[in-house]
Amino acid sequence: MTLLIAFIAVIRRDVLLAYRHSSELINPLAFFVMVVTLFPLALGAEPLLLKRIAPAIIWVAALLASLLSMETLFKSDFEDGSLELMVMTPHPLSLLVLAKVIAHWLLSSVPLLLMTPFIATMLGMDTDVMIILLTTLLLGMPVLSLIGAIAVALTLGLGKGGALLAVLVLPLYVPMLIFASGAVDAAMSGLPVGGHLSMLSAILFATLTLTPLPTAVALKMSLS
Amino acid sequence: MPEFILEARQIACQRDNRTLFSGLNFYLHSGQILLIEGVNGAGKTSLLRILTGLRQPDEGELFWNNESIQDLAAAFYRDVAYIGHNNGLKDTLTAQENLQYAQALAVPTLSIDEALQQVQLNGYQNTPVRYLSAGQRRRLALARLLCTHKTLWILDEPYTSLDKSSIQMVEQLIIKHVKQGGMVVMTSHHETHLPETLVQKIELRR
Repeated sequence: MTLLIAFIAVIRRDVLLAYRHSSELINPLAFFVMVVTLFPLALGAEPLLLKRIAPAIIWVAALLASLLSMETLFKSDFEDGSLELMVMTPHPLSLLVLAKVIAHWLLSSVPLLLMTPFIATMLGMDTDVMIILLTTLLLGMPVLSLIGAIAVALTLGLGKGGALLAVLVLPLYVPMLIFASGAVDAAMSGLPVGGHLSMLSAILFATLTLTPLPTAVALKMSLS
Repeated sequence: MPEFILEARQIACQRDNRTLFSGLNFYLHSGQILLIEGVNGAGKTSLLRILTGLRQPDEGELFWNNESIQDLAAAFYRDVAYIGHNNGLKDTLTAQENLQYAQALAVPTLSIDEALQQVQLNGYQNTPVRYLSAGQRRRLALARLLCTHKTLWILDEPYTSLDKSSIQMVEQLIIKHVKQGGMVVMTSHHETHLPETLVQKIELRR
């Protein structure tokens, strides 16, 4: 019961902080929209090509936008000492870390998910393909936050770990990206997508259970 | 009143291949204050971080009620509160929101209003922390100790940026906590006026 109170308090605090610091909330979203809008301009008058590569554009842009907001996950807590307070509670640190990651997902991914239908329509995507794309984003974006959290926790003590973070994290995003684009490709050719989506769900549940523990350990290492 | 015991056996700490201190033993029970003194760089903060369990001692072990704090792990943190160099406050949240968060992570005791009253911050409930002065922030961090139920307070330079009357107030709070069966481990550069009967001292020398 007290664990649940603490869990909710962590999520609530992070949401409140983002609300007060609204630039952190808007930056990734603005980045996402801008990157996607640059593609039609760069491609020129090629609506069919654009329609073909639209899911890939959206996925890569979402991935980079998520990476952009990733670094803030533990940074300010580390600097102002609140991370020490979070470690020094009777609750399992891995679950409090999970709460922070959930908050990060709520703040960085949900706005992107809400924006995607508009962006997809702009790129000329069909509705049924768009629904599959949204499903893959819904299953895949929590994975980005969960895996990213380990890398952020590891690079915390290094000061400016921005580039290193990308090098650490992007290779780990590859399996998910492959299954997500596989699902969208299958949907475009009218094939069943169940297999791909099952794999994505499996990746989601595996990371959900396996990543909070190493993240907690890495945080303790960064603090000592 | 349950009796608590903090015991250090042969603690050593190295930094950058230099031994800061070694063979440190002490025994502290409820109702006592441990004052750690030493020049800059003597390892006061390192010692406090070892006592919080955030840092591993290079040698030796720490015991809380005769159980190693390594084995106790999270259970140790039910009884321990720490204020480091950083206050652990969020600038954009109000004083009240900061304390509410602290209470949600621990066992609440005093109400937030009472805790703020005791550190003379009454009326600042809805002020974001970034509008508070350095001394007021320090006092707000101390209010966190008052509104949660913790036995052992570990305070790293609690008097930093406090004025004379605030230092007196904090001393009174520390004495009150100790008389109620709590214990305090602290470092300080300031002259303290804590009653000699309650205080044990450790001086770290290079």
